[in-house]
Amino acid sequence: MKNVLTICEKELNSYFASPIAYITMAMFAILFGFFFWNSIGYFVSISVQSVAMGRAFPMDINEMIVRPLLLNTSVIGLFLIPMIAMRLFSEEKRSGTIELLLTSPVHDAEIVIGKWLAALALYGTLLLISLANIGFLFLYGKPDWQPMAAGYLGLILQAGALLAVGAFISTLTKNQIIAGMATFAACLLLWVFEWVGGYETTAWAKTMTYMSVVSHFEPFAKGVIDTKDAIYFLSLTFLGLFLSVRSLESLRWRS
Amino acid sequence: MIKVEGLTKRYDNFVAVRGIDFEVEKGQIVGFLGPNGAGKTTTMRILTCFMPPSEGTASVAGYDVLAQPLEVKKRIGYLPETPPLYPEMEVGEYLTFVGKLKGIPTADLPRRVKEVEARCAVTDVADKLISKLSKGYRQRVGLAQAIIHNPDVLVLDEPTSGLDPKQIHETRELIRSLAGEHTIILSTHILSEVEQTCDHVIIISKGKMVAKDSVENLTSRLRGQASIALEIAARSGELNDADVTATLEKVAGVEKVIVRDSPVNRHEYEVETQPGQDVRAELARAVVGAGWDLNELRAAALSLEEVFLELTASEKAQGEQQ
Repeated sequence: MKNVLTICEKELNSYFASPIAYITMAMFAILFGFFFWNSIGYFVSISVQSVAMGRAFPMDINEMIVRPLLLNTSVIGLFLIPMIAMRLFSEEKRSGTIELLLTSPVHDAEIVIGKWLAALALYGTLLLISLANIGFLFLYGKPDWQPMAAGYLGLILQAGALLAVGAFISTLTKNQIIAGMATFAACLLLWVFEWVGGYETTAWAKTMTYMSVVSHFEPFAKGVIDTKDAIYFLSLTFLGLFLSVRSLESLRWRS
Repeated sequence: MIKVEGLTKRYDNFVAVRGIDFEVEKGQIVGFLGPNGAGKTTTMRILTCFMPPSEGTASVAGYDVLAQPLEVKKRIGYLPETPPLYPEMEVGEYLTFVGKLKGIPTADLPRRVKEVEARCAVTDVADKLISKLSKGYRQRVGLAQAIIHNPDVLVLDEPTSGLDPKQIHETRELIRSLAGEHTIILSTHILSEVEQTCDHVIIISKGKMVAKDSVENLTSRLRGQASIALEIAARSGELNDADVTATLEKVAGVEKVIVRDSPVNRHEYEVETQPGQDVRAELARAVVGAGWDLNELRAAALSLEEVFLELTASEKAQGEQQ
């Protein structure tokens, strides 16, 4: 456990010592800010219309602002997660520092988990930035916090799973760009698999829909925490981390 | 301290190391000598548990590298050919990280970091980013990293490659000063480095061990077969290469005289002698006796290549006799 924290701390320091952390944070802030502004604008125009038509029914902030916002954030994650994950192992392989890690008295699993936790912590920092925008909703309205919390939990679970996949892909190559591209492709595929369910009802279509990240994230965005969905994300995380550990091990045999 | 038996490492269809056996006693400095691609790095990577052997066993301080890698890693400090440094970290920060990774208790860590910084003469750059350091400093930070947990065994892969002569000298001094407390294996392709730094030498070529001996034995064994370089000048008039060759060849024990390409007005020769014969005095007498000046006479240093030719040739000869 101590080793995991040591590696996690070092990895976080590396993120913040290089421009990576700041650039992802800035990009996230801009994108999230745009989506937030957009949802608010839409919400305001709808409410003005409904008042003008004399049907001033109470409008649901959670339903009309928070839910689409969370879905959009999940999409932003698809783009940012590859950038966070790509350097995890590629960089160490390229610079040769992997030799230090693999010849130190630590388990391979500790290295993998430490690095993954650091990547997840960086993603968590991004979500903290988004809370600044969400704060305005509480300032001017009365949104429900529980469904929001469920949504954020979903975002973190989703990021954990995709970062684990990214970490595994990063163990496969010395080249960060390749790792980033491959992770992006994997994330995007996991995203669009759901489309098949739209016109097919066969078993494999169902399987593909089940494998899709979206179909498991949507309930969270609605504020529903379903064990089935949580288990999907947790098992994808476990699979990614497990494969990373095995890949590190095989590095010893191959290299 | 280190015991290696029948060590073999195969890559896809290439054998990097084949059946190496050796033992290193506590406190020795052993030089691992061989040309690039001989299997030095592979052997070191197996000893440090970076990769497992295909066949054979290796153990460090009584722990097998396959069965108890964590115990081995605790007792080994390793400096790979390129020091494993994180450019975005400061020197002190980096050493603290490595110290934690190697399991140094938090309470001892700051003291230990200061100690190795002083030992490896990097105290003055402790607050600098590693990316800003010169090659020599990087190498020393790499060494500091390897000794931070006070390991029983130090494995250094080409510790002086790419350094300037002053840095090479300092690094060798540092390594010598580490001997005694640590058992050291260092690899190099420079013969003189082994002579200056090590007690014992293991020579490998193409993955096979060709010699294993103390440095004195090996050098004297090779010296006997060395060639001798001469520079001769005529006292008056021109010097005829054919005359010189004829005169030198008459000396007992001389096998062959080679006229070397030399600048105008200088005459240099190389004399190959029969194994085990020291003919230097005879040669000098012959030159002076013929009425020439002897400007230089020295045992030509064997280059690494010649050492290999010599060793592999004698092995072949032995094999044929059997």
